[in-house]
Amino acid sequence: MIEEPASLGDAVVAERRLNMIEAINEALDIMLTRDPDVIIMGEDVGYFGGVFRATAGLQAKHGKNRVFDTPISECGIIGAAVGMGAYGLRPVPEIQFADYIYPGLDQLISEAARLRYRSAGDYIAPLTVRSPFGGGIFGGQTHSQSPEALFTHVAGLKTVIPATPYDAKGLLISAIEDNDPVIFFEPKRIYNGPFTGFYDKPVEPWKKHPDSVVPEGYYKIPLGKARHVREGEALTVIAYGTMVHVAQAVCEAKGVDADILDLRTLVPLDIKAIEASVEKTGRVLIVHEATRTSGFGAELSALVTERCFYHLEAPIERVTGFDTPYPHSLEWAYFPGPVRIGEAIDKLLKD
Amino acid sequence: MVDPAKPGQINRPALALHVPEPKYRPGDTADFSHIDIGTPGDQPRPDESAHPSEMGGLAYGLVRVLGDDHQAHGPWNPRLSPDTLRAMLGHMALVRAFDERMFRGQRQGKTSFYMKCTGEEATSIAPAMALASDDMVFPSYRQQGILIARGYPLIDMINQIYSNKADKLKGRQLPIMYSSREHSFFSISGNLATQCPQAVGWAMASAAKGDSRIAATWVGEGSTAEGDFHAACTFAAVYNAPVILNVVNNQWAISSFSGFAGAERTTFAARGLGYGIAALRVDGNDALACYAAAEWAANRARGNHGPTMIEYFTYRAEGHSTSDDPSGYRSAQEREEWPLGDPVSRLKKHLIAIGEWDEERHAAMDLECAERVKATTKEAEKNGILGHGLHHPFHTMFEDVYEELPWHLEEQAEQAIRERITKFGTERPFG
Repeated sequence: MIEEPASLGDAVVAERRLNMIEAINEALDIMLTRDPDVIIMGEDVGYFGGVFRATAGLQAKHGKNRVFDTPISECGIIGAAVGMGAYGLRPVPEIQFADYIYPGLDQLISEAARLRYRSAGDYIAPLTVRSPFGGGIFGGQTHSQSPEALFTHVAGLKTVIPATPYDAKGLLISAIEDNDPVIFFEPKRIYNGPFTGFYDKPVEPWKKHPDSVVPEGYYKIPLGKARHVREGEALTVIAYGTMVHVAQAVCEAKGVDADILDLRTLVPLDIKAIEASVEKTGRVLIVHEATRTSGFGAELSALVTERCFYHLEAPIERVTGFDTPYPHSLEWAYFPGPVRIGEAIDKLLKD
Repeated sequence: MVDPAKPGQINRPALALHVPEPKYRPGDTADFSHIDIGTPGDQPRPDESAHPSEMGGLAYGLVRVLGDDHQAHGPWNPRLSPDTLRAMLGHMALVRAFDERMFRGQRQGKTSFYMKCTGEEATSIAPAMALASDDMVFPSYRQQGILIARGYPLIDMINQIYSNKADKLKGRQLPIMYSSREHSFFSISGNLATQCPQAVGWAMASAAKGDSRIAATWVGEGSTAEGDFHAACTFAAVYNAPVILNVVNNQWAISSFSGFAGAERTTFAARGLGYGIAALRVDGNDALACYAAAEWAANRARGNHGPTMIEYFTYRAEGHSTSDDPSGYRSAQEREEWPLGDPVSRLKKHLIAIGEWDEERHAAMDLECAERVKATTKEAEKNGILGHGLHHPFHTMFEDVYEELPWHLEEQAEQAIRERITKFGTERPFG
């Protein structure tokens, strides 16, 4: 079974702090070293090391047969990765922005996700598709989207979203070793620091955050297990990615004793952690940056209603992005920030 | 602003949209004399390391070996032994017998769907024989000839077509969407052209690992319009992938003639030239030419000289599938008038012409194929036919979605099994 290292609070060795990019780079380096079948490909990932530097230095270290640039064709990148998986490799393709993943959707949905099933186990697609997602960097409508619900709707795919450098490394290693296709969305707003949603305040670097302490070497965090960010009694917050930090900051600012869950994996979902928390608090706040209608929050809300209805003391609140394209100049009006989250908390706690 | 409701209001010529139209529709007299089929033996055979630009003419001509005299001609003659030729003829006859029987089985209600490859047998069987048995193939849906040539058991094909309890794919796939890792035969998708970039990726992996195996994929001329095909061409060219991109141009994509994939403008082989990929256009009803082209491309790939695109110029003699009726959109005479004849008949006449075959043996072979398919069908039917019984345990529906069942699929599997017991009690439905 998968084991996590001992609690970081007990670490007595010199603390080594990484930002999320460095943690991802290290996970890739470790897996390239451990498994000769791991290969990395994508637009600009080779010599240059990726537009966000996630693959910096990997081609020089592991060679061009293992880490290489690709044509600008997401269909080709995913399609070729499916073929490489059939050969026996363990490809880790990068899609430069989640907004660019759509030309590869048929290869992901109809091919990678279905291959084990349709061939009754003859062939598998052990891909890990890495892609930066989410807004908050003035990326406009084509560099800000959060399309995770498109993938959670697909039987056969797993969807993983880390919220800290420590988790990013451990989850990415698990994803690469997983024999099913994994969509690994990296919240690019928190690549360099744990954004709190107060965009008008100075940015905090990861160095000040406890979860930037990243052990050297190999470790993994199991897929399907949520992280208990904070124990509390007043309400349950269910979030993932950037919004974990935003929701936590708002709760702290308001002095709310929240029980905060960072899902880490959307599919398979840690339903037990959700049930346990809701049974304790009776109040549920679901937060995601993606558009509202048919977002993953709708699934979470339905699951909580189906499974924990008699524990609920207030209607579930969903805080999400609006059902519009991500606007460039009005980015912070779109973003589900402290005002929107604060109002939802007030509604949940008013009785 | 120009008012779109008033065309011609300004002094510019009106534009005209061209919507392609095939030459012949139902009731028309089909005449293919406009098609230049060249002369057998005329096309040069370049070195397998030739640069694509040195052999551009081969993307527009037609590589042919078998002449009207039934002899093999020219530099593309693969000089196969009589035994190999007889084996090739045997595979083609068996596929034809198999197609006949399975088509009839569908009409008798034993399965939902079937697709024949009549008239196109040479385009899968000859290349499969030219490849090594462990070269990886990524077929489309009309390449049953590859499985036959590689010795895949007939009964496994029929069990799959019937989705019965012995179906190795557990009844999950539409009939004929076979998969066999053991035979280096990739799982057939049904989403068109997705196999093309996958084949290129497999070939890239083989090259990256310093392996010696190559990949080949088949796609219909109609599906070359898909983006996947072009992604495959780009990747194959960029990485010099050891892959063969076979385009089976059988003139028809259900009811849409090849003009809807661009055939009015140029050949499909010429697509390869645009990517810098070596391209051959071949008489797809000439098994010797098909073999020679695939052998050339395989040697090229194995020698690290890169990918080849082969257009097999052929004709879909039957409907697209059991769900199609071609009499609704094309002339019934086309099949008879097709200028390149029938691939089985041409290979048979060649073997007879070189004194290695005769009508008696051929008739006996056909009979033996029909008997073998019939007997195997009866054997397969013991495992059940589609729609008569729910052949697979309900839990199998939830297996292989992931390597391990997550909690939500376990819950859904329990629900399915409860529903089964509610409907059928504890007995097996339909026995």
